[in-house]
Amino acid sequence: MTGHPVVFASGNEAIAEGALAAGARFYAGYPITPSSEIAEAAARRMPEVGGVYIQMEDELSSMAAIIGASAAGKKAFTATSGPGFSLMQENLGMAVMGEIPCVVVNVQRSGPSTGMATKPAQGDVMQARWGTHGDHGMIALAPSSVQDCYDLTIRAFSLAEKYRTPVVLLADAAIAKLRERAVFRAPSPGEIVERAMPTCQPEEFRPFAVDPEERAITPLPPFGGDYVLRITGSMHDERGGQNASPAIADKMIRHLTDKLEKNRADIVQIREYALEDAEYALFSFGCSARASRAAVKTARARGKRVGLLELTTLWPFPDDEVRSLLSRVKGAAVVEMNLGQVEREARRLNDFGVPVLGVHRVDGMLITPADILSCTEEAFS
Amino acid sequence: MSMLNFMDYLSAHKLPTIWCPGCGNGIVLKAILNAFADLGLDRRKTVAVSGIGCWGWADDYIDVNAFHGTHGRALAFATGIKLANPELTVIVLMGDGDGATIGGNHLIHAARRNVDLTAVVVNNFNYGMTGGQYSGTTPAGSRTSTSPLGHAEDPFDLCALTAAAGAPYVARGSIRDGTAMRRLIRNGLSRRGFSFIEALSVCPTHFGRRNDTRTPFEMYQRLGDMTLPLETSASLSEEERRGKLLLGTFADKAPDDWTTRYKQAVRKGERS
Repeated sequence: MTGHPVVFASGNEAIAEGALAAGARFYAGYPITPSSEIAEAAARRMPEVGGVYIQMEDELSSMAAIIGASAAGKKAFTATSGPGFSLMQENLGMAVMGEIPCVVVNVQRSGPSTGMATKPAQGDVMQARWGTHGDHGMIALAPSSVQDCYDLTIRAFSLAEKYRTPVVLLADAAIAKLRERAVFRAPSPGEIVERAMPTCQPEEFRPFAVDPEERAITPLPPFGGDYVLRITGSMHDERGGQNASPAIADKMIRHLTDKLEKNRADIVQIREYALEDAEYALFSFGCSARASRAAVKTARARGKRVGLLELTTLWPFPDDEVRSLLSRVKGAAVVEMNLGQVEREARRLNDFGVPVLGVHRVDGMLITPADILSCTEEAFS
Repeated sequence: MSMLNFMDYLSAHKLPTIWCPGCGNGIVLKAILNAFADLGLDRRKTVAVSGIGCWGWADDYIDVNAFHGTHGRALAFATGIKLANPELTVIVLMGDGDGATIGGNHLIHAARRNVDLTAVVVNNFNYGMTGGQYSGTTPAGSRTSTSPLGHAEDPFDLCALTAAAGAPYVARGSIRDGTAMRRLIRNGLSRRGFSFIEALSVCPTHFGRRNDTRTPFEMYQRLGDMTLPLETSASLSEEERRGKLLLGTFADKAPDDWTTRYKQAVRKGERS
């Protein structure tokens, strides 16, 4: 980005610029509403920074191409929406199993199937977590502003590199299409994680070595250097050789979950609004968090002690933060444009018998502050 | 020609292979390793990308970088690898089910797009690994585990398909002639752009058993009966060529590959 870093931009533009700022130098994708501006920005900007843009024949191959590019050493990403995200699920699992960093942007729209292509929704929360088959961990981040689109995309790349994992940026059509002020700042030192290289002799290197405590993630040298590498979507041993012995399978599958779950404290980020003295809590994320913030302000003006916990990290789920808040409030409501996907998680953590309410819309219309206030009026008094 | 031989690229400690007695995969594997040796490829700068299926295990026996991806998507992974680092030599190993059936869309787009990859599709006319079901190249009338009464569909002619889609190098060999196969694969690796080599093979275990060619010997004979050299086919009548697969080189052009053209477009854009 040239010129002044303070911009008036859309979420989609901010995602593309955030990716470039994070060092992304490869984009493969397939056009789909409401994410196409990310592809268009990547097509325009990648050549300017010496990167590559390619439009593939579908989302299956787009996901495959970014995985291949990452294995060859480039920070790589793709962007899509519901139908395309569904098509990416198998190869998302390939990135999990091969432990290949990459970033997948899903600008959520209303589903299922073609649904309402131009209408926002937040119905892919569980798909982001469990969409690919088999046990695994997953990181998903949810931006609620254009600034978030920029900042969380940078964070998505750094988490992907640090933990050798795909990261899903779970945006939504409202935030992606929204235009507002943002600062396309230069990333601070230490914010950008570059791929680490092994220090051992090539013949000793074990690209899939597991630290039982999950404190250290084995580096992934790119194809083409001194380390000859085997990457496979099949069950494999620490050298990447196909191996389906029970002991190895057990260790590897637990590792794919634990490497993220055991580092929850490093990965999870939340935002708290007016929670210090709150008697009632809202939980929300993405576009719905914006309406929730406005609802908190209005409720406070009316003398109700309502606060908001915004989940900027959806996966791994902020278990500790949500449980802790539930333990100290009289009532809670989860505000989301689906029929209760995060609400279900909140209920899982509700060991305290606190009434938990869902504020939902799935009609393609945004949840308004008035919706939240009227839905919670009775419960929060 | 280099001083290397196929053993320099073979992961000999993995032998014996998982493949059935009489399978043609070993012949294609040796042709590939010989082609690597002929060109003196640096194993650190070479990537074998494979899909899923019997032939998808081939990368396990090749001592270069390997990427063993999902079923049907090998060309898409390979595209990302090659575009991210054009210095790599990327060979893509697929079967007829993997590369030409579930992955058919990627195959025609790879041919059109002309990324510098060499695809070797081993065509044994059925899905071997999953138990002998029909694929996009199963000949009409053949019996497979999912066409027990005879297959009702016509197969793809993969060389005609990829040539029509624009692949600059297209050739077909058979496991009856490993030396010719080695030459075709070497050619493919030497050409800049997308090279497609179909290796006709046999599956005595599944296809042969159900089609009265139970032994490898009978299968190899039938493969001979099914094929004709491209050079001699011109003098034959249409009747004599009917149902035969031609062996030879169907395209050998040298258009600029994807990376060259992308860079040209970028340079042109910068000037304007």
